Amino acid sequence: MAIRERLSGNEAVAYAMKQINPDVVAAFPITPSTEIPQYFSAYVANGEVNTEFIPVESEHSAMSACIGAQAAGGRAMTATSANGLALMWEMLYIASGARLPIVMACVNRALSGPINIHNDHSDSMGARDSGWIQLYSESSQEAYDNMLMAHRIAEHPDVLLPVMVCQDGFITSHAIENIELLEDEKVKEFVGEYKPAHYLLNKENPIAIGPLDHFTHYFEHKRQQAEAMRNAKKVILEVADEFYKLTGRKYGYFEEYKTDDAEVCIVVLNSTAGTAKFVVDKMREEGKKVGLVKPRVFRPFPAPEIAGALARFKAVAVMDKADSFNAAGGPLFTEITSAVLAHGATGPKFINYIYGLGGRDVKADDIEFIYNKLLEIAAPGKVDSIYNYIGVRE
Amino acid sequence: MNYEYKLYEPTWCPGCGNYMIRTALKMALEGLGIEPHEAVIVSGIGQAAKMPHYIKINGFNGLHGRAIPPAIGIKLSNKNLKVIVESGDGDSYGEGGNHFIHGIRRNIDIAHFVHNNQIYGLTKGQASPTTAMGHKTTLQYDGVKIEPIQPLALALTMGAGFVARGFSGDIQRLVSLMKEAINYKGYALVDILQPCVVWNKVNTFSWYRDRVYYLPDDYDYTNKKEAMEKALEFGDRIPIGILYKVEKETYGDKFDFIKKGLPLVDRELNPLDAEKLMNEFI
Ligand SMILES: Cc1ncc(C[n+]2csc(CCOP(=O)(O)OP(=O)(O)O)c2C)c(N)n1
Ligand code: SF4
Ligand SMILES: [Mg+2]
Repeated sequence: MAIRERLSGNEAVAYAMKQINPDVVAAFPITPSTEIPQYFSAYVANGEVNTEFIPVESEHSAMSACIGAQAAGGRAMTATSANGLALMWEMLYIASGARLPIVMACVNRALSGPINIHNDHSDSMGARDSGWIQLYSESSQEAYDNMLMAHRIAEHPDVLLPVMVCQDGFITSHAIENIELLEDEKVKEFVGEYKPAHYLLNKENPIAIGPLDHFTHYFEHKRQQAEAMRNAKKVILEVADEFYKLTGRKYGYFEEYKTDDAEVCIVVLNSTAGTAKFVVDKMREEGKKVGLVKPRVFRPFPAPEIAGALARFKAVAVMDKADSFNAAGGPLFTEITSAVLAHGATGPKFINYIYGLGGRDVKADDIEFIYNKLLEIAAPGKVDSIYNYIGVRE
Repeated sequence: MNYEYKLYEPTWCPGCGNYMIRTALKMALEGLGIEPHEAVIVSGIGQAAKMPHYIKINGFNGLHGRAIPPAIGIKLSNKNLKVIVESGDGDSYGEGGNHFIHGIRRNIDIAHFVHNNQIYGLTKGQASPTTAMGHKTTLQYDGVKIEPIQPLALALTMGAGFVARGFSGDIQRLVSLMKEAINYKGYALVDILQPCVVWNKVNTFSWYRDRVYYLPDDYDYTNKKEAMEKALEFGDRIPIGILYKVEKETYGDKFDFIKKGLPLVDRELNPLDAEKLMNEFI
């Protein structure tokens, strides 16, 4: 029987880490992820895990320590937010380039400057091309579940890539929700032992990690890394399937909500999907054919699948909680529209809304406004503006 | 009558040592007759680093640990500005430790006021680089296992020309230390003992008050060996005052193009002047 609990997103992630019982956790405090290493260090002090916990002096050191630990054959984890993630930047590429399956909890917060501690997705979106797998979570339940699946995906021999599990700072990380937890033994069995094929200090097979890699081989290694990201697509679904059998909770690349007969659709990540579901329910009662697609997997990007899913709508709005400052559209919008184009879906008209930067509240009214805009476009009307902002004073 | 600095309502906890440090800063600036447009406060992130929000003056609030590099940039581009860095022990010695070390080597004319509460205040009570061994915190449940930094000794070994320690509980002396540091030509460090009433229950106001003592009048602050001894004295007794002060050539003084003439921001750069020289090569 699953354990019914009430946990915040940070508690849920820390609890998952306790059940995973990694060899090393190295972390540095930064709002709103600070609680994760704090809860975890209490587990260490109580003897509930056998982890070596390293309270480092910077996030750069945190990621570096995880890289060292993982290179030496251990299982390493960390947690961070915003500029903590930004400070890890160059090490993120070392982790993925050296194919070290580290798992990180990223509690999304706006990047400086100016300084802001609230939620948006500028941090993880900025790291989207660092070679990390990225899983997004709407609730503390999803954050917990994604954490449990993360190692299985990361450590799969066809993948060997680090994984970042994202959740919305404060909104998810600090709000207490009902949650179903797995028993420790079940987690242990599901996550399994980490048995790396190659690691440092192996007497039988001494290796070097990260030596100079010129134009004679670098490209091949990057090609392999790209292939690993493609392989991750298959592994993510296999692991989700196994997880479903264990828990009854279904995960894929994205979740569709009331899309069956929908004419228009919003695509949005993380907690805002919860607000959008509320709006969908309300508008459905009014007879409006609206639906929602919530991506869970952003890296690898499920391009043909998402293009296929969106092809049947008349109009789609992609909501981005990060701007690309490219004068063209937010990161999720650009990915989705290019996927749609590349995979030949010509049906829907696409618009983009940048919302909620720096934690600006996104209200049900805002989402309803976007749905109404989409219904106008589908009427059929025309798209008068592709790249838009909502909830900002202009 | 000198300029009177305007203050804003802070979000610091009642009883926090930062209030006293801000009062001292205001008094030092007013006492030196420095007006807000003549000075800039550069800070990182933290409780201490909120200072530019709470006093009406030029302020630059950047990233945690990164106050020193922009302060260097500001001073080099406008040598007429008094540049003051306000930041915490974590900001200055932890995340920003590398800048602290290399900033000293560069010896730019800035005053660095470190609000040393021996804890990460803003992020709620984890150990900072100055937290004592064994001190139990919200992250280090079994106590800190690594040696604390000795900031004054480190500054001395790096070659700092002005090294001082203050206490937020004694405003008058803190004001005079701040004035001396601001007037000093070169990098001046004042490590200010500051109780954090919420997250540091070990190094409290009375803990500091019972330990601090003032360096005697006949103390020779040009004697580096003695300064080093005083810098390492941090236990039952903690010396307060200027531990070390000597004249040193500043970075700006090493370059005629900075030293002589107007501040760089006020110089007219005329690219056409270069054209004549370039023409010689064509
Ligand atoms: C890159 C980065 N990592 C972490 C943080 C979170 N953070 C903000 S202030 C702070 C420490 C504050 O301690 P200190 O510098 O001693 O200042 P105090 O609040 O005690 O005055 C930390 C870790 C951050 N802002 N940026
Ligand atoms: S937490 Fe500590 S340092 Fe921060 S304002 Fe409160 S007393 Fe001051
Ligand atoms: Mg501090």
